[in-house]
Amino acid sequence: MSDAKKLAIIATKGTLDWAYPPFILASTASALGYDTQIFFTFYGLQLLKKKLCLQVSPLGNPAMPMPMPVPVLIQALPGMQAIMTSMMKAKMKKKGVASVDELRQLCIEAEVKLVACQMTVDLFDFKHSDFIDGIEFGGAATFFEFAGQSDICLYI
Amino acid sequence: MADFDKELDASGLNCPLPILRAKKTLNDMTSGQVLRIIATDPGSVKDFDAFAKQTGNELLKSTEEGGKYYFLIKKK
Repeated sequence: MSDAKKLAIIATKGTLDWAYPPFILASTASALGYDTQIFFTFYGLQLLKKKLCLQVSPLGNPAMPMPMPVPVLIQALPGMQAIMTSMMKAKMKKKGVASVDELRQLCIEAEVKLVACQMTVDLFDFKHSDFIDGIEFGGAATFFEFAGQSDICLYI
Repeated sequence: MADFDKELDASGLNCPLPILRAKKTLNDMTSGQVLRIIATDPGSVKDFDAFAKQTGNELLKSTEEGGKYYFLIKKK
């Protein structure tokens, strides 16, 4: 369907919370009939790793809802990030929010094209084998080939 | 007799899962068949309306009863 609408997304963040917008929007767009592509660069590459180890940090994020006020110096203590991550994951599960793995799998099933930025793969000394199968590797020009024809283009 | 051909229970699931599951289920159905969806996500009311408008599948009915939302969608 060449006349389908197109959605191009750049995913630049690699935390648990920021993993959601690209995968939610891409999977939903596909369900609505869009041709969809996500270009993963810098920390966004973490979203394509075979084993997802995404965490969420309360540091530098005063908007994060907390069960009780926690002073920033306490938030910076070792182990706090792991605690916050497991609390967030537990809350998401309780509320019926899909896991990042599940959403990513739904994107793959819906034939969302996933492109990893080769330059940042090299920059961080990642290997192609670190990433899930079926993705492509490319650069800025690869992104524009699709984004240039897109109806919606998002930088996340 | 039921006024639908297939039923999808998306209770307990949150955005965007009810839409994605519905789309997947519709893929396995034939044109003119009706899918009934049960959801608990309040956002699904607007979402299924928007889904129908954008995909051309017809939203025949959208009702709420006892905290649950029921949708009838006819496949394009």
